Amino acid sequence: MEVKGPVPQIPPAVWTEFKDLQEWEKHRQQRPEGDKHSALFEAVTDGIYNFPGGFVVTSLADGFLNWARKSSVWPVTFGLACCAIEMMATFASRFDVERLGMVPWASPRHSDLMIVSGTVTIKMAPMLKRIYDQMPDPKWVVSMGSCANSGGPFRHGYHVVKGVDRVVPVDVYVPGCPPPPESLLNGLLILQDQISHFRRSGKRPAPSAKID
Amino acid sequence: MTPDQARAVIQEKLGVAATGEGAALAVTVPAAQWLTAARLAREALGCVYFNFSTAVDWKDEGLEVLARVENLDAPFALTLRSRLGPGVTACASLTSLWRGADWMERECYDMFGIRFEGHPDLRRILLPQDWEGHPLLKSYAVDTPHPPYR
Repeated sequence: MEVKGPVPQIPPAVWTEFKDLQEWEKHRQQRPEGDKHSALFEAVTDGIYNFPGGFVVTSLADGFLNWARKSSVWPVTFGLACCAIEMMATFASRFDVERLGMVPWASPRHSDLMIVSGTVTIKMAPMLKRIYDQMPDPKWVVSMGSCANSGGPFRHGYHVVKGVDRVVPVDVYVPGCPPPPESLLNGLLILQDQISHFRRSGKRPAPSAKID
Repeated sequence: MTPDQARAVIQEKLGVAATGEGAALAVTVPAAQWLTAARLAREALGCVYFNFSTAVDWKDEGLEVLARVENLDAPFALTLRSRLGPGVTACASLTSLWRGADWMERECYDMFGIRFEGHPDLRRILLPQDWEGHPLLKSYAVDTPHPPYR
């Protein structure tokens, strides 16, 4: 029996997308740190705040803005691993986060919240970072499940980021492997409570206690 | 072809006895005969299906490559094994016989650092292209730092 050797036609490796990612990282590092407002806005609000009785105005405005922010937290639909199943269950009709004003949105550029649902590998970390960078400020991150919190059962693997807080800043850690929808819902309520204390100064409240 | 006939052909052509029970044959060949034994399996034994290829790190005794090929008509399966020897990372590629060996050998190169000679496109397949080291080797420390994320 004559055997013809196959002639594989494989294009050469071109990793231009990685060059794109490096440019994005350079652009990100040039941005000012934190959620800063413009200097004019800071001057005006500081003036109102320091005027006698003016804190009532700023507090009312802050309260209204924080209420608006926490009532329309749109999570980006970004599922990484099996935790995404529980996240989808949370989004679906039985648990229905839409009554909290959360609409899972398929674009990072319209979203306020990233739920890191699953294991983050070292190969995936730049992409996660890129999605986080594409989201407009102010933005929040919920680390869902043991893998995203600390690496979880794969912590001693060679390829796993030992906690997503090494890549992006995390506001709420939801423990569990995977967390049931009730847990994630509780984490989202904690996040809304944090957002309701989000101040004009741009300072965020301290993150909740980290549980591996 | 029955498994017993396959054993006879292996004994005749390669000069080694096939081990294994029933329809799961196994044969250990020297590294120089790796491609010869694979061609025998493909052409004489009719093993047209390439199941998988991987390697074992025996520390001081070096690496061992193995490939499992199957004759789907008989049916029987043949596991080819070959010790490369201490410090040797070069091995003949099977992509000229089975196209399915392409990605398997890329993975083998990715994880064990075995350089398959004659492979058309030998680069990493699972890990990032800028990864240093081959993680399934026993000498690879799992805590090897990989900046910037760990």
